[in-house]
Amino acid sequence: MIQQAAITLQEVVYETEENKIICGITGRFTKGKITAIVGPSGAGKTTLFRLCNGLLSPSGGNILINGKEILTFDPVSLRRHVGIVLQQATMLEGSVRDNLALPLQLDGKELTDDEAQRMIQLVGLDPDILERNSRDLSGGQKQKVSIARTLLNEPEILLLDEITSSLDRVSRQDIEKLIEWINRETGTTVIWITHNLEQAKSVAEEVWVMIDGRIAEAGPIEMLDHPENDDVKHFVMEERK
Amino acid sequence: MSALALILTLVFVLIPLFLSKTLQLGLEKDTLIATVRSIIQLFAVGYVLQFIFDSENILYIFLMVALMIGAAVENARKKGASIRGITWKLVLTFVVIEVLTQGILLGLHITPATAQYIIPLSGMVIGNSMVLGILFLNRFTSEVSSRREETELILSLGGTPKQAIQHSLLASIKASTIPTIESQKTIGLVQLPGMMSGQIIAGADPLQAVMFQLLILFLLLTTAIVTSTMLGFLSYPTKFNERMQVID
Repeated sequence: MIQQAAITLQEVVYETEENKIICGITGRFTKGKITAIVGPSGAGKTTLFRLCNGLLSPSGGNILINGKEILTFDPVSLRRHVGIVLQQATMLEGSVRDNLALPLQLDGKELTDDEAQRMIQLVGLDPDILERNSRDLSGGQKQKVSIARTLLNEPEILLLDEITSSLDRVSRQDIEKLIEWINRETGTTVIWITHNLEQAKSVAEEVWVMIDGRIAEAGPIEMLDHPENDDVKHFVMEERK
Repeated sequence: MSALALILTLVFVLIPLFLSKTLQLGLEKDTLIATVRSIIQLFAVGYVLQFIFDSENILYIFLMVALMIGAAVENARKKGASIRGITWKLVLTFVVIEVLTQGILLGLHITPATAQYIIPLSGMVIGNSMVLGILFLNRFTSEVSSRREETELILSLGGTPKQAIQHSLLASIKASTIPTIESQKTIGLVQLPGMMSGQIIAGADPLQAVMFQLLILFLLLTTAIVTSTMLGFLSYPTKFNERMQVID
């Protein structure tokens, strides 16, 4: 049986005046699965996410979300549907509660106290943190608040960009478990950019290896143990050193 | 003031020239240019104003105000070069400010509808609006670039461009309006305002001069907030495209 695609890329190109960042990518992210994207820095992974979330538009090719062309979506509903958690975990001025309330506020709704406590506990933080100034949080705490904030939009597709790179081992494992739980319980499609091949193998079912704006190799996660492409072999070897 | 008295005031130009030469500040050329330009420009304006006042032709008043707006736009637009269509946004802002303030002044019979009142008050309003416009555009451009991550975060969470840029917009409006409000708090304590001093020197009753100065101050409060708010709301959409993406 052919599994449905959450996101389909057809010859997607993205270029700026100076550089070609995405060079004609074709592929699909399976609905309801966790897919890891790995690859060296500058491979175009974050740009690919920004294209899928509608923060950028492709210079060429098509992106389909649940089989529907991305340009037919209203940008606001697209971004609620395809949530993104960025590596830098930007916090707005104000308390953690203010930051959590943001997605609902943008939609004209309010964050209830129960909801705030539930979300903050879901990402493994103590509810006492809700009243703290968001700028005083550690990198790991910011990242967790950032995940909770995106989850409040209840996205069907969740794009995670290096979200555990600043976390310690225990926090990293907590987040991995949380994302696996969300995927399992809600059927959310998760696409996870990570530098950590072990993390990719422990959470993902499928993997894309991106090098120089192209998919060098893609397939089931086991592919990382036996890559065929020479560039991928080299990348995997370097990462394991 | 007699012509001789005016010539004697050049002593105040000789002092900076002497000091600049002695201390090797290199300001002599600029000081001389500034002096010659101010003499020519002010006398030219003086003769033009005298002609307009004597002719009492409304067309000349319009022409004078249009010239002021043109000069203000030319000065301010360089600061907003990164904003698409800034020239027309500035023209619209200055025209609205002029119509609004003169509309209130003339409509409520606060000042008489004569060139003698309309032109100097328009000059003050448009001149201040220009300075405010420059302050706002400077601040807005730097706010937008320093808060880029925040703007994109809000967009990525499903915010509209207006929601995404609200922080930058309000901070810029506030920052460019604050100097006008602050300067009014200390007015009269440290120095007497220029217009009031001029009227007193020309022999006006000090209380009349104070009342006119208050009129100017209140006028400038409206000018400040309307200029930055209008420019802000006209400018922010140009920072986004139709897909609600930030334009570099």
